Amino acid sequence: MKKAQFSHPVFPYLLLLPQLSIIAVFFYWPSAEAVRSSFYLEDPFGFGSSFVGLDNYVDMVGTSVYQQSALFTVFFTLQVTVLSLVIALLLAVKADHVIRGASSYKTLLMWVYAVAPPVAGLLGLFIMDQHIGPFVQMVELVGWDMQVGVHRTDTAIAYVLVAVWKQIPVNFIFFLSGLQSIPRSIKEAARIDDPSGFSRFWHVTFPLLAPTGFFLLIINITYALFDTFGVIDVMLRSEPGNNPVTLVYKIYLDGFRGNDLGGSSAQSVVLMILVLALTVVQFRFIERRVHYT
Amino acid sequence: MASEIPRLSGIKWSVIGDHAILVVGSLFMLLPVYMALMTSTHESLFIHANGAQFLPGKVAVENYHQVLFVPGGFNKTITSMTMFTNSMIMGLGFAVGKILVSMLAAYAIVYFRFPFATLSFWVIFTTLLVPLEVRILPSYEIVQSLGLLNSYTGLIVPLIASATGTFFFRQFFKSVPEELLEAARIDGAGPWKFFKDILVPISRTMIAALFIIMFVYGWNQYLWPTLITTEEGYYTLVRGIKQITSVWVGANVPEYGDAMALTIVAMLPPVLVVVVAQSWFVKGLVESDK
Repeated sequence: MKKAQFSHPVFPYLLLLPQLSIIAVFFYWPSAEAVRSSFYLEDPFGFGSSFVGLDNYVDMVGTSVYQQSALFTVFFTLQVTVLSLVIALLLAVKADHVIRGASSYKTLLMWVYAVAPPVAGLLGLFIMDQHIGPFVQMVELVGWDMQVGVHRTDTAIAYVLVAVWKQIPVNFIFFLSGLQSIPRSIKEAARIDDPSGFSRFWHVTFPLLAPTGFFLLIINITYALFDTFGVIDVMLRSEPGNNPVTLVYKIYLDGFRGNDLGGSSAQSVVLMILVLALTVVQFRFIERRVHYT
Repeated sequence: MASEIPRLSGIKWSVIGDHAILVVGSLFMLLPVYMALMTSTHESLFIHANGAQFLPGKVAVENYHQVLFVPGGFNKTITSMTMFTNSMIMGLGFAVGKILVSMLAAYAIVYFRFPFATLSFWVIFTTLLVPLEVRILPSYEIVQSLGLLNSYTGLIVPLIASATGTFFFRQFFKSVPEELLEAARIDGAGPWKFFKDILVPISRTMIAALFIIMFVYGWNQYLWPTLITTEEGYYTLVRGIKQITSVWVGANVPEYGDAMALTIVAMLPPVLVVVVAQSWFVKGLVESDK
């Protein structure tokens, strides 16, 4: 905080009033409501609800649909995170290297940031459409009969491709700005000490990028868990059928389609705890970075 | 000399390799959208018979006229222009609202000494921890009970309930030199005057950077508009995307051309903003997520 500050009996409260009232109504109230209703069973005909303790949680964990969805979410998150980080890092290192065309590559690799996840999902449906999709025609050459929406695995691969495509730009931008903030003197010293490109990257550049990488890891996990909702909803055309869905999509399905308020809330609470844990890890890490660098 | 030649050629090969990787990466990003754009200029029957297209067709004007100006939807009352306007209201309203609310709050937190300051800080920053997706059902019920379904207020205001902007401005205000406030005080400037005449003008670049990020974020919202708008008059373009997928279901010859044209229309404004204001955008992104 600043040393020089104003003090005034009402003015700071007036400044905070808009933000505080919005988060009270649209953040704290619904969050509390989610926690409360996760302990209740809603009457299907709308005649009140009864307290059932942890039953919703027990039911949730016990169903095979939930277990399947949780397992799928883990695989999906891992694949999206690892693939988009690795591809973006490779591209950022190369874009930092080249002299000619550097700014054109930068633009070409980042503009997809502005494409909304559901729009990306629709593009994916188009590229992997069974009748007209060029990707499907291409993989047919190697004998893969890709059927998105019919085969579970094919649908999962399609989600991952679209989600990675959409996430590369963010990672690219952060990696590139991380690379460009490494002092020129360090880069040149490293070039003299260690002329081999890969070993130099591994021993000098990579450790210096680690803070950016760790920060991006959290960002990517959060993205894969939550922001891919639009990708999945559009690619399923709202008809999940036999296709895999992530945990966030399941909250939506159970809450809005299945009218299972308690079950949906219990799932929400579990995810809230997961995000909280992730954020605590992130904050602790950022604190450390502030102290030691 | 003789030893120089292989080294030079070695460097050349690695440069070519770098460019090759970057070109492949750029094509991977570009091709899906390029093909959607080209396909959107063909007749659906032709696409149905011949697949996605690499080259422009003859019906670009017809297809784009069709999706932009010919009423569609269940009631045949809304056009994409209606949805375009709604997306604009959503993007601009969200960006302006977020910047106003978060600048005021960050100003109070950084520049004032008052009881409950630390508490206010934590109450606001806790919102960074839980995304909207995990509390959609209760949020929906609250917006419903307030009578805000199918309204711009209901679309925009609940999304402002997160502290990203406040955090962004707090970081920036903390980096502003203290001498500025001391000098202003000596000149007799009160809190409001300091904010309006000094802090806001020096924050211009930061405001522009955050504006771009927030406009794109607001324009691209999907889940929230899907839940709370049921009247087509309030649909945004991105919300309308879901309706496009219905052309793929059950139709003998899906309207591929129109669907791809609408996809292009839905992504064009945010993409243009990001490309044109690239340096502000990168600044906003890298600073706001720290």
